[in-house]
Amino acid sequence: MSSQLEIVLIAVVVAAACALPGVFLILRRMAMMSDAISHTVLLGIVIVFLLVDDLDNPLLMVGAAAMGLLTVTLVEIVTRTKLVNEDAAIGIVFPGLFALAVVLISVYARDVHLDEHIVFQGDLVFAPFDRLVIGGIDLGPRTLVTMTVILALNVAFIVALYKELKLATFDAGLAAALGFSPVVVHYLLMALVSITAVGAFDAVGSILVIALMIVPPASAYLITDRLAWMMSLSVMIGVIGAVGGYGLSRWLDTTIGGSMVTILGLAFGLALLFAPTRGTVSIVRRRRRQRWVFAQTMLAIHLLHHEGTPEAEIESRVDHLWESLRWEPGVAERVIRHAEQHGVVRRSAGMLSLTSEGRGLAQEALSRS
Amino acid sequence: MDRSSPLALEVTDLTVAYAEKAVLWDIDLAVPSGTLMAIIGPNGAGKTTLIKAILGLLKPAAGQVLLAGKGYDQQRQKVAYVPQRGSVDWDFPASVLDVVMMGRYGDLGWFRRPGKRERHLAMSSLVEVGLEDYADRQIGQLSGGQQQRVLLARALVQEADIYFMDEPFQGVDAATERAIISLLQALRGRNKTVIAVYHDLQTVAEYFDWVTLLNVRRIASGPVAEVFTEANLRLTYGGRIGFVEGISQATGTAGAAEP
Amino acid sequence: MNLTELLDDLLFDYTLRTVALGTAIVGIVSGVLGSYALLRKQSLLGDAISHAALPGVVLAFMITRSYGSIVLMAGALVSGVLATLLILAVVRSTRIKEDSALGIALSVFFGLGLMLLTVTQRMPGARQASLERFLFGQAATLVVADVIAMGVLAVVAVGLVMLLWKEFKLVSFDTEFASSLGFPARALEVALTTLLVVAIVVGLQAVGVILMSALVVAPGAAARQWTDRFGVMVFLAGAFGGFSGVAGAALSSTGSGLSTGPVIVLVVSLITVVSMLLAPNRGLVWNWVRQLRQRRQFRIETVLVDLLALSQQHESIDYGHTVEAIHAMNRGRRGEARTLRSLQEKGLVTSRPGGRWSMTEAGIVEARRILEATGEIPDPGPLPIGQVRVTPS
Repeated sequence: MSSQLEIVLIAVVVAAACALPGVFLILRRMAMMSDAISHTVLLGIVIVFLLVDDLDNPLLMVGAAAMGLLTVTLVEIVTRTKLVNEDAAIGIVFPGLFALAVVLISVYARDVHLDEHIVFQGDLVFAPFDRLVIGGIDLGPRTLVTMTVILALNVAFIVALYKELKLATFDAGLAAALGFSPVVVHYLLMALVSITAVGAFDAVGSILVIALMIVPPASAYLITDRLAWMMSLSVMIGVIGAVGGYGLSRWLDTTIGGSMVTILGLAFGLALLFAPTRGTVSIVRRRRRQRWVFAQTMLAIHLLHHEGTPEAEIESRVDHLWESLRWEPGVAERVIRHAEQHGVVRRSAGMLSLTSEGRGLAQEALSRS
Repeated sequence: MDRSSPLALEVTDLTVAYAEKAVLWDIDLAVPSGTLMAIIGPNGAGKTTLIKAILGLLKPAAGQVLLAGKGYDQQRQKVAYVPQRGSVDWDFPASVLDVVMMGRYGDLGWFRRPGKRERHLAMSSLVEVGLEDYADRQIGQLSGGQQQRVLLARALVQEADIYFMDEPFQGVDAATERAIISLLQALRGRNKTVIAVYHDLQTVAEYFDWVTLLNVRRIASGPVAEVFTEANLRLTYGGRIGFVEGISQATGTAGAAEP
Repeated sequence: MNLTELLDDLLFDYTLRTVALGTAIVGIVSGVLGSYALLRKQSLLGDAISHAALPGVVLAFMITRSYGSIVLMAGALVSGVLATLLILAVVRSTRIKEDSALGIALSVFFGLGLMLLTVTQRMPGARQASLERFLFGQAATLVVADVIAMGVLAVVAVGLVMLLWKEFKLVSFDTEFASSLGFPARALEVALTTLLVVAIVVGLQAVGVILMSALVVAPGAAARQWTDRFGVMVFLAGAFGGFSGVAGAALSSTGSGLSTGPVIVLVVSLITVVSMLLAPNRGLVWNWVRQLRQRRQFRIETVLVDLLALSQQHESIDYGHTVEAIHAMNRGRRGEARTLRSLQEKGLVTSRPGGRWSMTEAGIVEARRILEATGEIPDPGPLPIGQVRVTPS
């Protein structure tokens, strides 16, 4: 396999592995927890490194994941004191832990290839050269192997606990009542987020991890309401970001990570604009359509309210409408024409009256509400 | 309708919509000054929306609002607003006196800081609601009823002519409720107008003299004796009329008990 | 190096003085504006803004080819404000929740910035380090011109806060009420958020994007614990921030090789932890002590009331009750013996031979007072009351 292909493959696997737990972060409104976790795992790595003095030790991963869980727990403890709200708790806990990691590195591990830069930028370009060789057999790039294992773990977790996850996400109370502990599900999920963050962090840097976890699911969330479909879409969008980002980076001769995020940002922008029913374009179009229907109903209700009252004479005069409903004369004219075309009102000598359909429309609108 | 006193509030053809879905349809109201008016209706009837639209906090799709004959922008100084208690962050680092003084900010205008005069006015309105001993407390340390009275004091210190109150009795104990009601009645005595979102159908007739029944559209609005009828309540609350019999009895007895 | 030397350096060492002045400015302005962010529940917005500033910095350089503080800060300001507006617009008009919107803006803007940064690497004569200091913060490289630029922005920001003190306080507390008074609440909120962006931009080159968010959140969170007054809180937050800035600069100058940003953040985090634990009234330790005292009081009252109930079953108040009997009434709670001894010290019970206990007259009065206070009207007990003259005090 060429190293270029291996890079793309790694990017794809990382994107897919991040998107899956990301779906639940979005739905549980914990997106910013990925920000916190992806930073504090560095502290876990540093502490374990200081203990074992080996950057390739698998225990680093364990330490990092444990630190992710510790971050979640600390945030919860601080929130529960009610001294500050949850936002602030996250904002207090993770920079503190991260700063500690940076200080530890600069004091004890300055000469090692371990510094705060990896938080921003992993080096996907060099990933194919770090190969995992066991018993003389080349199993492929280390990152690819690790991330594939993590991806498999994520898939297994979601398949095994699909029902519980769904329940704990959408109705934690019911989940507890049915005997699935939402707390256990929550911590399992957070452990998964931590492990994924550590694995991916090595490949693409921590800010990119946040993007890969949040942006594809958020885009998918604009497109669909169904959980299973949302997960598949997220993975697809993540993969598009990976492949497109690689292409962009080749074209501009720039970092793969940054390019992937840029593509993902574009994907989110497209979803925001063009998603069916929830996209801005379709909302604007729907609103524009509804506006005339709404205005016509408003007119019908107005006329109905004043039918047979002493002031009906004035209220149903065409030139009075802008005064009572505060419509611009031009708008009023368009609404009336729209309403005439739809057989809602009749106009004679500058006076409006409801047709029987119009009366029905007004009554229906009122009773529906 | 008593045409001799000018209208404190006149709403014509007010329609409010969120994303082209109507929350209020073509509302007309005419409230004479010196009245105590309750706005009642089921949840989601648009009671809060009505108040917010009157105060210009929401932009209506159509219609107009006149306060004592003029638009809200010109009458701002004469209007006071008591929001729902839940809409305020009670953990905010502010003392009771601080919050009440905020009622003077509108009159102070830009840049000027509250001084002795504002402090004095705020203290005296705290005396009116019986919270003078709590002036220095942080607002989160008060009970629900006391918090409601702080918001009331903040409105009183505005020295307005028309008071809009969103659920002023929510989560309030019976003693506070009576205290608030007698305050409102005192305001009416000074020819002020009070318009309050209200929930307790049992006491509407006892406390208020004017009522608006609302459920997206205006069902009825007028003096309690004319408008607060079983038929109108049935229209307002739809099928949920199991309790209506009780209400009409309650209104009857309340009316009889009134001296 | 001892404290005197450190103070001496702070005052007279030119470089350190410049750096410390710069970081003090950063701390003060972010503490002040961060307080508003905290009270308006926008703590994490600061995090998003600081990351989102990066592409602005790089683009400003690419357009002007200048490394001037003002130019780069202006770029940061523009992209920070742009990101904020996008976040607000997305939250308001789509189903995307605030946390997701923050995460998206943060990571996408930052990714774009990184991409642009690699592009500048290939530009002739580009000094990468001058831009990278915005990533990690290089307080040690601050020169007088930087500090002046930061100072000007800080004075403008804090000056506006002072000028609009009443208005900002009002919108932070109750936006709708502010509108009902005729203040343009939306515009004031935008102004406050823009000033937050200014505060962040001022700090970026000294502390870097990640750690900047700590300087926005932590000083305000610490200050809030010490006071219930808005003005005091804002002032204290500024003071905590400023102190952390100076302390960070001084500690990292001691030759330990520590970079300033992380040390500042560690100092401010420490202040926050101490505040949350020890601040009077709100602090956790304070609360624990209060709870402990309440629990002890509750135990004492329970034992006393139980003893009253036991006495009522016997002929005389002098009848001694065993600790076991009291324990049995006490639903398995422990420590009655100790509680009884402290009651004895107060003269409410007396010990009888054989490890038994009985009430004194004062004890009975006290027990009845407790029962009345809790609303449990005591059974007008037959015997003890009859035999003992209870004089209401």
